[in-house]
Amino acid sequence: MTRPTPESAVDPDATRPGPAAVTRKRSPARSGGLRTPSWVGWLFVAPALGFYAVFVLRPIALTVQYSMYRWDGIGASTWAGLGNYVKVFTDPDLFASILNAIKLIAFFSVIPVVLGLAIASTIRRIAESRLALVARTVLFLPQVIPLVAAGIAWSWLMSSTGLVNQLLTSVGLGGVARAWLGDFSTALPAVGVIGAWVLLGLCTILLLSGMSKIDMSLYEAARMDGAGPMREFFSITVPSLRQEIGVCVTVTVIAALASFDIVYVSTQGGPGNATMVPGLEIYYLAFSERQVGMASALAVVLMLLVLLVALPIQWLTKDRSS
Amino acid sequence: MSRRTRWNGAALAVVMGGSLAAGCGAPGGDAPQPEATSASVAAAPTCGTAPVTLNAYIETGFPLPKELSTEFSKQYPNVKWNIREDQFAVITQNAPRVLADDPPDLMRLPQVSELVKNNLLKNLDGYAKAFGWDSWPASQLEQMRLAPGGKTRGEGSLYAMGLNFSMTGVFYNKKLAAKIGMSSPPATLAELDDALAKAKSAGITPIAQFNGGATGGLAFPLQDLMAAYGPPGPINDWIYQKPGATIDTPSNLQATQHLEKWIKAGYFWKDVNAVDYATMMSRFIKGDGLFSFNGDWESGNLDKQMPGDVGFFLMPPVQQGGKQAAMSAPLTYGISSRAKNADCAAFFLNWVATDPKAREIGVKVGGSHPMGPADGPMPEVAKDTVTASTLDAGAKIAEDNGAMDFIANATGAIYAKSWTPQLQKLVAGQQTPEELLKSVQSDYTSQVGGS
Repeated sequence: MTRPTPESAVDPDATRPGPAAVTRKRSPARSGGLRTPSWVGWLFVAPALGFYAVFVLRPIALTVQYSMYRWDGIGASTWAGLGNYVKVFTDPDLFASILNAIKLIAFFSVIPVVLGLAIASTIRRIAESRLALVARTVLFLPQVIPLVAAGIAWSWLMSSTGLVNQLLTSVGLGGVARAWLGDFSTALPAVGVIGAWVLLGLCTILLLSGMSKIDMSLYEAARMDGAGPMREFFSITVPSLRQEIGVCVTVTVIAALASFDIVYVSTQGGPGNATMVPGLEIYYLAFSERQVGMASALAVVLMLLVLLVALPIQWLTKDRSS
Repeated sequence: MSRRTRWNGAALAVVMGGSLAAGCGAPGGDAPQPEATSASVAAAPTCGTAPVTLNAYIETGFPLPKELSTEFSKQYPNVKWNIREDQFAVITQNAPRVLADDPPDLMRLPQVSELVKNNLLKNLDGYAKAFGWDSWPASQLEQMRLAPGGKTRGEGSLYAMGLNFSMTGVFYNKKLAAKIGMSSPPATLAELDDALAKAKSAGITPIAQFNGGATGGLAFPLQDLMAAYGPPGPINDWIYQKPGATIDTPSNLQATQHLEKWIKAGYFWKDVNAVDYATMMSRFIKGDGLFSFNGDWESGNLDKQMPGDVGFFLMPPVQQGGKQAAMSAPLTYGISSRAKNADCAAFFLNWVATDPKAREIGVKVGGSHPMGPADGPMPEVAKDTVTASTLDAGAKIAEDNGAMDFIANATGAIYAKSWTPQLQKLVAGQQTPEELLKSVQSDYTSQVGGS
């Protein structure tokens, strides 16, 4: 260093804090080793956050915005305020679709969870045998099959000449045979059965994995106290599965309220709106009636409805001990 | 630390908020501006001699447009095709966005009113003049004309062209007809009723029809009955959204009551509300069902599947010798208002209607009557085929001026949201003919007024 640089020309310690000073100042934070600035954490989250903002939050915000307009999706829009929301609750067709979704909860949630509990505890009892493996696989299969394929297969099974009616006729019940998906009184339950079939496997597997965590000594103790299988089931199995049941109920209730694909493939909402659900109605409103505002309003209502139902379930099934 | 956390929170809010705020203004408004004047074309346009690639968006499942495009490239080797295919339902849903964002030169079109309203389709008046389409029978182009603003159809500027025009009526299974002693097609509605009753008592399903899902196929016999009981004019007015038009008329009520009579007599399959179009066709081809209300797009198929065994007749009138009407619609194709090769696309449409080879493909592959001048060249069609009888029917309809558009095309949503559920309810006995028409009319009024 023959020539003094501007930096070395002045006394460094006088103008900026030297390394020692910095170390001294930050020493409490450094006790855990090398400290990384806190914004680095955000850097790791940023990609996911970005995706979430662009593909989840932004569409939700836009949907809320669109719901306040009358818009055909292309041309100019006009402000409608809350008019679209008023119509969701006053138009009998739109409101009926919400009621249908609520009715579907019986098939999409109640049947899979109740039946799933029974099947899971049965499978657990025969866990060693090969039959248990076969049963697990068969029950989970609907989760692997695309819903569209399942819907098509079921609409064949339930057609007037399908397997369901053939079986009924062969046991002498030809009188009740009908086109299950084309009959006003049976179409919604028929769609519900397809949903129950799809979701039963998911619930069974979830509950089964929950059961494997239950301490076996609990059962031994109960047996010593003279408890039968039913007593074991209601006093040990069900209470221990509180969280798993919570997950099952939440997932299936959302599937019922937001159902679309099964209904679209099997009945398209027919006959005569008997199986119309909000998901399908939103789709028709947006893409065939080109009422993007109305469709958005119904979508927002559906989202709130899902939250309204799902949050209490979460709260009820929360593990109180922790 | 706390200051830094706050800074991070603020950054997060900015990132999130920024992404949310995009599009805070009122949505829409990206539609093209209307053309100042309808394109005037000096000389008839051509595809030129330089290489051109036409972008086409067509309906899948029908071989006609592809065969036509192949033949066209044979005759005009400088023209290549870039073809995208979708089901009609998909095209219907996508049409506005595709025309706005990714404008094809040629596109299969659903109901055009909304597309014209948003200036998405090219006004074809200039081409019509240059190519002489104006001198063709006016009824061919009527359905594709729209008054300014796209509200009323049936008059005004031309916004689409047909590759051919279809004809509907009643197909019948000749073997089953022989069984009930029906040697010739019924000449009056009463004779048709008689044949239906005979079939029923002979254990034959009188009518093969579909009415399941979102496509109420009973609209076919219903509209045919409407045209038997009354003139087609007011029905067209309703479909074209002319001011004051209504579907709830005394003669249409008679027609709906007649349909209800057929339903109650058990003339349709018991599961008709669960039968879709494909199921209906396979059952009819297998010999289940004497009559079927359908269109000539199936002529070629039926000639192949049941050669010599299928006949076709137009819906018979109430009075013998009365005027007849039928749903008859062009297979509509349009040109995007932002198309790059509009001239070449228009030249292709004109070629389809006027070139002898193209017209032959239109009849043999498409099964329907070609567009074009009344004296245009017609290919030879064997006499005893269904195709021949549907072509003859076309001539009769032209003579009686009985062409109607389909009642399902009145608005974009009227079929899936009104006719279909209402007809399904009629089948199930949950709706009366009076209320059916009232309900459809009130949906129509709110859709026409509201859009």
